[in-house]
This record gives sequence, C-alpha cells and structure tokens, in this order.
Amino acid sequence: MPFIPHTEEDVRLMLAAIGAPSIEALFDEIPAGLRVQGLAGIPPGLSEMEIGRLMSERARQDGQPLSFLGGGAYEHHIPAAVWAIATRGEFYSAYTPYQAEASQGTLQLIHEYQTMISSLTGLEVSNASLYDGGSAVAEAALMAVRAHRRSNSQRVLLPTTVNPRYRQVARNTAGGQGLRFETIPCLSDTGSIDPAALAAYAGEDIAAVVIQQPNFFGRLEDVDALTDQAHALGMMVIAVVNPTSLALLKPPGEWGTRGADICVGEGQPLGVPLSSGGPYFGFMTTRMAHVRSMPGRIVGRTVDLEGRTGYTLTLQAREQHIRRGKATSNICTNQGLLMTAATLYMTLLGPTGLARVAEASMTRTAQLVAALSTLQGVRPAFAGAHFHEAVLRIDRPVAGVLRALEAEGILGGLDLAADYPELGHALLVCATETKTDADIERYAAALGRALEALRAA
Amino acid sequence: MSQVPVELRYAKTHEWARLLPDGSVEVGITEHAQAALGDLVFVEVPETGRVLAAGEGCAVVESVKAASDVYSPIAGTVIAVNLALAAAPELVNQDCYGRGWMLRLQPASPAALAGLLDAEAYGGQLAATGG
Repeated sequence: MPFIPHTEEDVRLMLAAIGAPSIEALFDEIPAGLRVQGLAGIPPGLSEMEIGRLMSERARQDGQPLSFLGGGAYEHHIPAAVWAIATRGEFYSAYTPYQAEASQGTLQLIHEYQTMISSLTGLEVSNASLYDGGSAVAEAALMAVRAHRRSNSQRVLLPTTVNPRYRQVARNTAGGQGLRFETIPCLSDTGSIDPAALAAYAGEDIAAVVIQQPNFFGRLEDVDALTDQAHALGMMVIAVVNPTSLALLKPPGEWGTRGADICVGEGQPLGVPLSSGGPYFGFMTTRMAHVRSMPGRIVGRTVDLEGRTGYTLTLQAREQHIRRGKATSNICTNQGLLMTAATLYMTLLGPTGLARVAEASMTRTAQLVAALSTLQGVRPAFAGAHFHEAVLRIDRPVAGVLRALEAEGILGGLDLAADYPELGHALLVCATETKTDADIERYAAALGRALEALRAA
Repeated sequence: MSQVPVELRYAKTHEWARLLPDGSVEVGITEHAQAALGDLVFVEVPETGRVLAAGEGCAVVESVKAASDVYSPIAGTVIAVNLALAAAPELVNQDCYGRGWMLRLQPASPAALAGLLDAEAYGGQLAATGG
C-alpha cells in the first residue's frame, strides 16, 4: 500500500473544486524545458526480497577492515544502550516535532542536546542540529555575512587547513548566494595557519574567517592569537571543531579575548556509526546576540498556563514558514534521530567519559605515529601538537601503499595527493580508543612489508 | 479606523516620517502596522552611519506571529536609532508615533518628504484596503 493518504475519490473532488483537469495540469506553468522527462539511469523497482539480497551483497563488499582512516569521520566505541534507546518508537523519527502538545519527550531531548552542545562549545545558544559538518560550515558562513553589523562584505576566509570537503560544500552552497571564499595558506613545516596570512588583510573588509581546531591535519592552531587578530581586523570568527576534542581543548567560546562568534562541526563522533559515509549530523552554536541570524530549529523551555515546565519550538520567525525568502536558511528541520543518539552518547559518557575517549585517541595516535615513523621511508610531516590525526610523509606514492594494505584487510588512512599535491606523498592517519597495541603492531608490520615490496618492484 | 496624525508623512508600506526642527527626519511604523503585526517581541534597527535608499529595508520587526521588514520612506543617512527598543520592543505597540520611533535620518535631499503621502492620502489608502 502506498503511503499516500488521499484516495482517488479525494483527488477527483479536490481537482473538481479548483477546476483543474488533472494533477499534471497544476504544473503547466513550469516551462517544458525545465521539466525532467523521465528519470534516465534509474532502474525499475525491486521487491523487498530482492533489495534485501542486493544490500547484503553490497555490505559484504565493505568487509570489516581494520581502519586507521579519519579525515572528518571517526570510529569510536558506541555503548550498546545508545542505539537501543534511540531506535525506540517514541524517538524513531528523522523530523523535528511541530506539535508541542504531542511531542514533549522529543522536545525535551532536543533541549537537552542543545544544552550539552552549548556547554561543550562554550557558547550561549545551540540549534537543534543541521545536516552535517560540511553544510554547517556553509550555513555558518552565510550566517556570519548576515549577522555582521558593521560590514556588508560577502568575503569569507577559508584556510587550507579546513577540511577540503567542507570547503567544497561551502563553495557549492553559499557561493551561489554571492559569498566569496578566499583561501589562506598554511605553513609547510608546521601544517598550521600562517599567522602573517591574516595580517595581510588589514584594511580590507572581510566578513569572517573559518578556523578549524584541530585542523584537517590533526594539528592544533594557535586559536587564541588568530581569534584576537581576526577580531581586531573586524572579522567574525567561525570555529570548526571536533566535539570529542572539546573534552580536552579550550571551547571556542573562550578562544582569545572575546571567543569565537559561531561554532560548527560534524557531530558523527558522538555516537553515530561510520555507516559508509552517513547520515551524520552537524551542530551549530553562537552567542545570544546573533540568535536571530542563526539557521535551523531551536527548542526552548517555558512554562504552561499552570506554571508547569514545557518545551516548544521557539524563535520561529527566522524560519521559512514565517520569513519566506528572507529566512535564515532553507533548512527548517534537523537530524532528529542522529541528534538523539548523540544526546544519549553524551549522557552515558558524561564529561569524564568523553575526556577519556579524547585522551585515549590522542595517545593511540601518538603511538601509531611513533611506530610507523621507525619504518624506513616514513616520517611525520609536521612538528608540534596533534589531536587524534597526523600526516606522514612516505617515500612512495600513497595510492599504491594503500592498495597493498587493503589487500591485508587494513584501511591505512587518507591519501592527500588529490587535495594537497604540494605535500608530496602524504598520508593522513588516525587512531582512536578503538585501536589496540596489537592493531598498531599489525599496521606497522603490514606497512613495512608494503614499502619493501614497492621498493623491490 | 487607525490613528493617523496629520503632522506626519507616510509611505504606502506603513512607515511614518516626521520632519524635526533641525532638518532631520524621524521614522517609525504606523498604528495600522503595529496593530496588524500584534505584540512585538524584537526590533532590529540599523547601525548609525548607514546610507539608505528610499524603499530600502532598514529595520526588522518581529511579533509572535510574523516578521516584517521596515522600509526607509526616504533616502538618507542613519544618524540615530532608538536603542530602547532592544529591551522594550513593546514601545512600538504602546506608542508607535512617539517612544516607539525607530531611526532618524539626515535626508539626502531637503525635498525628500514631498514624495510621501499626507495623512489624508494614507488614511484613504487604509480605508480602501479595509484598514
């Protein structure tokens, strides 16, 4: 049975009432040239049994490799209770609840999520989540341009140390709305933003700068100095952070003298499985002064007529159904299910548990880098502090090395050749708390064999 | 019928303009506009120093049921804004022609008000549209 509530009779009556001959006729005003004539390349439908079989075959292709791959998505242990609770019928929806009178449980959960994310990032207000880390960066850039009271500039600085996928999504999403993204370089010896790069914009009108901490190479930026420098130059500061790292690192709300203005990031590390690339969720926080420029849903806590605590969507005048074309975003929902899992994950771990995950991940990565660097032809690319990722320089092209590791059931990391050709043969590796001494020894042995074979060839 | 003071000039989009003795022009929204919006919860005023064209969006008013732009009735430069509205947006509901003013402009041209409606014409527009 199709999930369409209208019977043929309903449809006939409604068309008769408005005097339209058919549903198709309602679309006549769209010029024929703009309409898709059939969906080329889409195969016919499959039965439930057929699709089940196809998806099992696809899942087997993924296998269960030992993964040292990071670059924006991270394998963490997820307590079994997280998804056992998140998939209960009461929570099992992708959507934000509109009906406060029928959705108090979900609304309270979103409010608790917002409270935790605000606390983690050190900023006053959080929305109910966005699609993913990349779209959150795009939304933050649009928001900064909208919220900047003293500048009409549409220029936003995007350092090369920001995740290349986020930069692409920001350009795709916000570029079409007039924003201009300008790249600023990083230092080749430290893999962090060149402090002189911001100073070069003195006297120019720039709306905002994006600072990722830890950056795409796992390196720690000097966020205090960069934030103060950007503010002195009249720019807003958009922080892009890994939520796990905030258990150890200074929250963006405390960067420099005034703190970052907007904070966004990928929420996947908080209880969302890797799942072949998604769905994940994005998070966003800011100061109360900018709340009306913020996109997305916001849940507020209030009291009802009898003085009892209640939860409801609030500040909705920012949204499409009221603000129409001038809404703060075309995204008027949130990643409800994934945000639910993240709230449960944060609740079960608590601040101490999250700090233990962060510390273990940092330790394992340092251990991995040390183990791999003892191999001939492998050395760390950048000096200085790292979180749970690091770039290695290898004396052979990375693609061939990764293929050899894959044959041994190991995902060895991310080849940076396409995004950072200037780094030469560079490999981004990551180890979280899920990796053991034996896993790291296995990787080091396999990498040693792979490099030996490639040198002999 | 809404209150429409005779000493003011009006834009079709429901803003009023008052010529002050020093030649500057005070701007707000009309009784009809505030009544149509309902209880205001937020008013965003522009930065002083901003140069506005006639008809350009210069403020945002948000009520519990709607959010609308306020358009500058004339061209000019913002020389003052009503900062009291940040903490007390209800001033616009209570006293839209007085304490609920939004901004003061230095007009780009001395004859700027000439292009606006007088009270009779604006009142006529309201009557014609059922206001």
